[in-house]
Amino acid sequence: MTVTFEDTGVNVIGRDEITNYASFQLGKFTFSRDEYFAKITWEAKNEEYSHLMSVDAFLRALMRDVAWGFFYGWVNFDHVIGTQNHYGTVDLYAGTFNGAFKEAGVDYVENFETPVIMETFKAILHDWVNEGFDPFAAPEETGSAFGRKNGNNSEAIDRYRIATKRMPGLEGDSPLRDDLPVNRHFQDVAQDEPVVYCEPGFEGELSGFNLFKYLSRSDVTWNPSVTSVCKESLFCPTTEEYILPVFHGNDRVEWFLQISDQITWDIADKVDGSPIARVIMKAGDIAAMPANIRHQGASTKRSMLLVWENATPDIPDRYASGELSPYPVQF
Amino acid sequence: MDIYTTKLGSLNNYEKGSIQIIKGAKTDYAFSNIFEVAANAQPYEKTIVGKNLKFIIESVRAEGQSPWYTASHDEFVIAMDGEVRVDFLKLNEDAVIPEEQEGTHLAGEQPDGKVMGYVLLKQGHQAILPAGSAYRFEASKPSVILIQTIQGPLSIEKWNDICFT
Repeated sequence: MTVTFEDTGVNVIGRDEITNYASFQLGKFTFSRDEYFAKITWEAKNEEYSHLMSVDAFLRALMRDVAWGFFYGWVNFDHVIGTQNHYGTVDLYAGTFNGAFKEAGVDYVENFETPVIMETFKAILHDWVNEGFDPFAAPEETGSAFGRKNGNNSEAIDRYRIATKRMPGLEGDSPLRDDLPVNRHFQDVAQDEPVVYCEPGFEGELSGFNLFKYLSRSDVTWNPSVTSVCKESLFCPTTEEYILPVFHGNDRVEWFLQISDQITWDIADKVDGSPIARVIMKAGDIAAMPANIRHQGASTKRSMLLVWENATPDIPDRYASGELSPYPVQF
Repeated sequence: MDIYTTKLGSLNNYEKGSIQIIKGAKTDYAFSNIFEVAANAQPYEKTIVGKNLKFIIESVRAEGQSPWYTASHDEFVIAMDGEVRVDFLKLNEDAVIPEEQEGTHLAGEQPDGKVMGYVLLKQGHQAILPAGSAYRFEASKPSVILIQTIQGPLSIEKWNDICFT
């Protein structure tokens, strides 16, 4: 059965008689899909402009944006469409961070209250994700996104970012993953837990867990989830396979530490999207992602990556004002 | 079923990646390898390999016994290679350093506190180093640990020696 959105204020503008997919209006943007493509339209210079994305890539990108709550900074679905998080409101843009569109004046950006855009994005996911397609999984692990409407997969798309207060496994904190199976690419990862011995009276004050085991049981790809909190310093490791479904332009510096295997990062200018570098990271490599770039990773084998964030709220303004350099260290 | 081999790094077996520059400089990425850093460091030298304002990640070669450390906030350790034992003391109140002092500090030869217990970490294992405790590492063979903390008096910066330039 189709999902109804009347209660959430989502603007459904129609349902295609042949494909049976709903179309959505969000401000001056429209979203529709067919057998192969997601289509986004907007208006510029009194004309309609439109952009097509392969629907599998679109749904993978949308899935991350929803699960991350719009994340940090810019989440580019591709070289045209994306969102910018203002932590309370969110910009949706078309072409605004593409040098050619921007120069031609055919880009469009609109600001939304976070719950409004979130509910619409969730509604699109619920309507457009068919039975058997998991937009959180790698292509080899899941079915097809293509074709006419065929059921849904609400279970897959209602998984969110794990919130951890200090460390998983501590009392009252996020759980370990003993109830999830080891991913097919991580069958060789040791599953032993550390020995933790507490003297009487100190039970529960010392704690440890097997982080690599925890990651080997991650049931999603490209989804940074917090595993340790040192004030605003957040370790957010994740398991990566195929392509990061977005080109992430952060509003602050972040760091990557490759824990296993290999990822290739395509680095481009944050503002206009022009290519800047390719960074190839192997086990033990650690590198900064400066605050003035966007990046997209590719991982053939499912790999373990530590994403390290500084969640201090005033950082975006300090970068934007030029007070902070986009590069974390000078040498 | 297909067999996949997960490639982890170690002190004696790591392969450093690379940067292909189109625009800008390799130094923009402060790119190093934690095993290379630990291989070229003295035991328990706390080399900063990641820095985001005051917050840091240190790569440390664990070998033999470390001094006692303490911090006013939680820190975390991940064993990346080898095996490390961490012993903990619950410091008496007057031995706990004040909250405004951040980062790892030395806790003295024999810190004033009660034995809390210990953890034994192998590759991939993580432990919390709780605020207000003292802790000491011990490794019978050269090992590599990562520390998540705040820049402190023991942290060493040597970006030119460790990063692609």
